[in-house]
Amino acid sequence: MIRVIALRLIGAIPNLIGVVVVTFLLTRELPGDPAAFFAGAAATPEAVEQIREKLGLNKTLIEQFGLYLFDLARGDFGQSLSTGQPVLTELVQRLPASLELTFFALLLATIIALPLGIMAATRPGSWIDHLCRLITTAGVSLPTFFTGLLLAYVFYFLLGIAPSPLGRLDPVFSPPRPVTGMYLIDSLLAGEGALFRACLAQLILPAITMGVFVLAPLARMTRASMLGVLSSDFIRTARASGLASSTVLYTYAFRNALLPVVTTLGMVFSFLLGSNVLVEKVFAWPGIGSYAIESLTASDYAPIQGFVLTMGVLYVLLNLSIDLIYGLIDPRVGLEA
Amino acid sequence: MSATLRHIRYVLSENLVTLGAFALFTAFVLLAVLGPIVAPYDPLATDTARAMQPPSAAHWFGTDALGRDILSRIIIATRLDFGIAVAAVALSFVFGIALGLAAGFFGGWWDRIILRLADTIMAFPLFVLAMGIVAALGNSVANIVYATAIINLPFYIRVARAEANVRRNAGFVEAARLAGNGDWRILSHHIFPNILPPAMVQVSLNMGWAILNAAGLSFIGLGVRPPTPEWGIMVAEGATYIISGEWWVAFFPGMVLMLAVFCFNLLGDGLRDIIDPRRRT
Amino acid sequence: MSAEIPLLKVENFGLEFRTRSGVVHALEGLNLAIRKGETVGLVGESGSGKSVLSFAMLGISDAAARVTGGSAWFGGLDLLKAGESDLAEIRGREISMIFQNPRTALNPIRRVGAQIEDVLKRHAAVRSADLRARAVEALRSVNIPDPERRYAAYPFELSGGMCQRVMIALALACGPALLIADEPTTGLDVTTQAGIMDLIAERARASGMATLFITHDLALAAEHCDRIIVMHAGHIVEAAPRRELFAAPRHPYTAQLIRATPAAGSLLEGLSAIPGNLPDLRRRDLPSCRFRERCERASSACDAPLPRIDAEALSGVACWHPLAVVAEAA
Repeated sequence: MIRVIALRLIGAIPNLIGVVVVTFLLTRELPGDPAAFFAGAAATPEAVEQIREKLGLNKTLIEQFGLYLFDLARGDFGQSLSTGQPVLTELVQRLPASLELTFFALLLATIIALPLGIMAATRPGSWIDHLCRLITTAGVSLPTFFTGLLLAYVFYFLLGIAPSPLGRLDPVFSPPRPVTGMYLIDSLLAGEGALFRACLAQLILPAITMGVFVLAPLARMTRASMLGVLSSDFIRTARASGLASSTVLYTYAFRNALLPVVTTLGMVFSFLLGSNVLVEKVFAWPGIGSYAIESLTASDYAPIQGFVLTMGVLYVLLNLSIDLIYGLIDPRVGLEA
Repeated sequence: MSATLRHIRYVLSENLVTLGAFALFTAFVLLAVLGPIVAPYDPLATDTARAMQPPSAAHWFGTDALGRDILSRIIIATRLDFGIAVAAVALSFVFGIALGLAAGFFGGWWDRIILRLADTIMAFPLFVLAMGIVAALGNSVANIVYATAIINLPFYIRVARAEANVRRNAGFVEAARLAGNGDWRILSHHIFPNILPPAMVQVSLNMGWAILNAAGLSFIGLGVRPPTPEWGIMVAEGATYIISGEWWVAFFPGMVLMLAVFCFNLLGDGLRDIIDPRRRT
Repeated sequence: MSAEIPLLKVENFGLEFRTRSGVVHALEGLNLAIRKGETVGLVGESGSGKSVLSFAMLGISDAAARVTGGSAWFGGLDLLKAGESDLAEIRGREISMIFQNPRTALNPIRRVGAQIEDVLKRHAAVRSADLRARAVEALRSVNIPDPERRYAAYPFELSGGMCQRVMIALALACGPALLIADEPTTGLDVTTQAGIMDLIAERARASGMATLFITHDLALAAEHCDRIIVMHAGHIVEAAPRRELFAAPRHPYTAQLIRATPAAGSLLEGLSAIPGNLPDLRRRDLPSCRFRERCERASSACDAPLPRIDAEALSGVACWHPLAVVAEAA
């Protein structure tokens, strides 16, 4: 098992290197003067020169890359021009908000998608199968930023049941004492029920918005793999052995059907992290996505670079954990590795 | 008897959806081509006296904060949105297929380098990478096209590589080689035509995603700049008003965007069912 | 022996599949009986409906299958009309089944011991503390070496023959009265085949279990069965005790099948292929005898409804022009 984990870790290294190289190239191969770019529009010539020195722009590309790696290793992602704070500090501060939103959205989507896919697969041709088909085709067609606005309009403006779609917490409350940085978990840890409900109320609309988008690929894959597994030989064996239909469906069929679903999670996370940016903008969610957008409008380059790098690394790590989870479910993986 | 009828109805109903999607697609293309002729108003003409009017007989989709007719802006935007998507998909089609063919056909180092390129692109959440590329290259429509093309590249590389790999040693390729055909001729005359069907399915599935992606980028302020009408920007412009009840500013462009993406996805599904019925899910 | 109530008695059984390309008349007018402890071979080309029949007995047919009539009495229960819960009680306890391709017939991501335990838990009153011991015992009973260790193995870690032994252990764990073995040796190499067949025979003898052995291989059936039933295109065309069948086949199809079967010492030139193919079972104008279009003895008399073999008869033939009975079946 440890050997498998080690192999997976090693396997993720080329992707990590790729992410770092691409992020580096994106900033150094700018059409204009990168130093001027990083220094911002209002910078004095001295400031630009200082940045040029720090980036080592008069050195070779390889040397610059070395410098870049050295800075990264020290945790130096540069400084944000608009806030004056180190980029890494701000990213770390804001990351929990993004993660909370992303994971909660994934949780919502999974809770709906898996049963939906299973029911569609066990009753092909029924209304629930058609519903599943409709949702899976319509779901991927939804522009997340638009669904978010629609939900806000309906639930906040028309029905008045959702709180104002701005930020993580109604200003009446003060945030829970930070432990994980995720308000839901922190408020539970602090044992504050009312605070938990307030956080949940803020979280629910953006999470649904993102969840609906990834519901489609999840439900589609669950249905397809469930259909495949249900017609396989070992399900026939299980049924021929008289096992209870719930055992056949869950212990035998579902666990096997889960394998391709886990594999799709990679794509799902790509969708989630990408739409994260849009949803954070719509709901003024103070995560790293809205941080990137704020920097974008201010032509503040270092934070954007930090953001792309963080997202890339995060995605590589998520894919790595997906691989590991897959290995836990499927005993055959260890052999192939 | 009833079984036969059911089968006919089944085939028809499946194709009806595809047919409907195709009709919708044609309508969009017509709008893109005829835009300026069909649009009832000048999409850029501001008129503060008529600002923020809800949908009416004069302005079917209402007017925005500057009094511009939303319907006209949506119609004019069709050309830009489709243009971006078509250009991006065409670029990734051409380059993706070429790279994939090279990887699959020549193997060895070609294969390793091209695969690594595809893997590196896929190592990012794709929309985030597109953001990074546009931010780095500069804020322009052309760069949105490039960014969208780059993030779609791996899909075409994979399709072409897989096919080329399978066909490289297939009988008809061997026969062509023995008949004295060079690599280039084998690739273009014998392997490429076989890649076309799966690649076309990929194209129609990709179009919707490319439109969504471009609109998303302009929604966060990249690429297209106001006052140019574009669906994503229009939604962004309407976003501030939606929670105070002026829903139409964002609603109509958002709906049209959704419809366009939905249309492409249905077309893609239909095409895949026709070309490769086994992969239907 | 014929006075005894058979273990399983199938009468006038018919089944069809409703597919997009039409109704497939898969099985029609089947009569057969299996007595306690006997080994019956069900022989026919692939597509003749052998597996369809066995799946229907267990109520695990494809969703598109519809029973068009008949009965299948097992004990006091008509398997064709029984509810799902009654059937689930019988499956794996009274009637068990083993399949071809043992590697895919076992759950690939569940330890084989756990899969046996699942069946025991379902059917046998075993205390959970004893489950493991019983599962290991089941593995030992099918001559799996080192059963303690194999208990924790996954199917992909075992050879094909070993997987089939596990399948047999699983099927026999609850001591069924009838074992349906559907091509149990297909895909295994010859020496493993013999081992598996011997194992089934040995276990059947030891527990008085009846076996319905489904195969396309007449030679294999000849080696292991007391009685053989020959199927063709969803009909039973002939039934006879083994010796009788080989000595004096009465249905033209059986005769051709025997001629097409290589036996030890036979020359390749002596073999002959059966002309034609199985008829398309979706046809609306299927002849009453489905072998008619491949048969050299066919005449207008064959238009009459096919004579059926009585379920409990030891032998019989469904043909208007059967081959002559040799005076004394040697």
